[in-house]
Amino acid sequence: MRAFSPSLERLAPWAAVVVLILLWEGLVRLFQVPSFIFPSALDAGRALIDYAGPIGKHSWQTFWTTLIGFGLGVVVGLALGITIGASRFLYNACYPLLVGFNAIPKVAFVPILVVWFGIGSVPAILTAFLICFFPIVVNVATGLATLEPEMEDVLRVLGARRIDVLLKVGLPRSLPYFFASLKVAITLAFVGTVVSETVASNQGIGYLMMSAGSQMRMGLVFAGLIVISAMAMVMYELFSWLEKRMTGWAHRGQR
Amino acid sequence: MTAFVEFDAVSHAYDGSGNAIEGIDLKIREGEFVAFVGPSGCGKSTFMKLCTGLQFPTQGAVRVAGEGVAGPLKISGMAFQNANLLPWRTTLDNVLLPLEIVQPYRQQFRKRREEFVGWARDLLETVGLADYADKYPWQLSGGMQQRASICRALIHRPQLLMLDEPFGALDAFTREELWCVLRDLWQAQRFTVILVTHDLREAAFLADTVYVMSRRPGRVVERREIDLPRPRPLEATYEKPFIELVQDLRSQIGDIRSS
Repeated sequence: MRAFSPSLERLAPWAAVVVLILLWEGLVRLFQVPSFIFPSALDAGRALIDYAGPIGKHSWQTFWTTLIGFGLGVVVGLALGITIGASRFLYNACYPLLVGFNAIPKVAFVPILVVWFGIGSVPAILTAFLICFFPIVVNVATGLATLEPEMEDVLRVLGARRIDVLLKVGLPRSLPYFFASLKVAITLAFVGTVVSETVASNQGIGYLMMSAGSQMRMGLVFAGLIVISAMAMVMYELFSWLEKRMTGWAHRGQR
Repeated sequence: MTAFVEFDAVSHAYDGSGNAIEGIDLKIREGEFVAFVGPSGCGKSTFMKLCTGLQFPTQGAVRVAGEGVAGPLKISGMAFQNANLLPWRTTLDNVLLPLEIVQPYRQQFRKRREEFVGWARDLLETVGLADYADKYPWQLSGGMQQRASICRALIHRPQLLMLDEPFGALDAFTREELWCVLRDLWQAQRFTVILVTHDLREAAFLADTVYVMSRRPGRVVERREIDLPRPRPLEATYEKPFIELVQDLRSQIGDIRSS
């Protein structure tokens, strides 16, 4: 394979975005798709500017509900992951249950949450939480459970207690798994929030898209999509950067 | 003779599948270098766990330093075929790890850190890793990692060093180099060594006494004192007495395998 220069490689993702936008605009124009069915990139861009105020307000709502849900997911995911990862018994006991729980479409929880908490931010936060804690649990638990038995022997013979093994070896060792799961979890959290907002809220990007769609203002709907994916991408990159900073030793091959 | 490690009719079974080792009787002097050889699956690892108190015999008794083994034996250090160094710690910090765990060093770790670092650097220097103390394990070759692993096993100045095929994954030249490293360490410090290995030349070159184990359930079928003069130069392994000794041991193992 030909090697590309580093600067070209850095530009490549941006170039891909530009190509996608051009393709989008070109195809819509070529086939003369009406704007209320599939708006052109230009229409979406125009909506983004025209409705900058409401979009900003709603995306802020989506952003902070997502972050709270994600934060809860991290706390619960870590706690649960450490608990079941540190004990083979609990690992075997809880794993099938977790898998079963994860298989439930989280949108199915929204009506239940609405009954319990009413319409608004709380169901959005909880949906984001429910959808994003699973990968964190699985990754942390896997990181802990795959500890080499020899390493454990080396420490146990010195009189190490379980907590010592966990702190000195288990947790540092599972950090790369943890940070990798954060990247997945943050994007899932956005999915959770938006799904909940489209069903049961009167604020947030999900709600904005829903109501714009019902008025056939497809430009605005697509503007909403763009904002969500932009937010998710920024957060993904943030956690990806954090991962490299915190666990550089696990990524030595990629330097 | 007063035994440092004593096995008295020891058998061990993990579950209903029969004994892993059976009827082991042996005495190891303080400062003795013993090697265990045998076919794979002969319970050598079980033997190590019994010695260090990570497992307890289902029959018989294990005594170390005059006392029955009742729990993990902190006077022992262990090294395995995989160096098992922690990739987020430098070589130096890896070597220091046992001192963060074992008593009484654990409590003094913060206060005496400088002194401990001195121990670790001295130890690394004796195995030829002085310049690699601040490197990470993945920046080291396999042989260097194994040297560091042995340093980690020795940092808390154990009386008993347990080695489970420590050189098994290394190339022949590196392996012979490390034999000499271990020989010199042992000759300087005179801890007791229990070395489990597949390599007869390794066993004969390093050990005072070689025990040959049978297939599962593992029993000691032969105890052989190696009376080659010390210090043993590596060249001795290419001379006639040594070669005859190894051939003799080899034929015994062959008998066990074919029986």
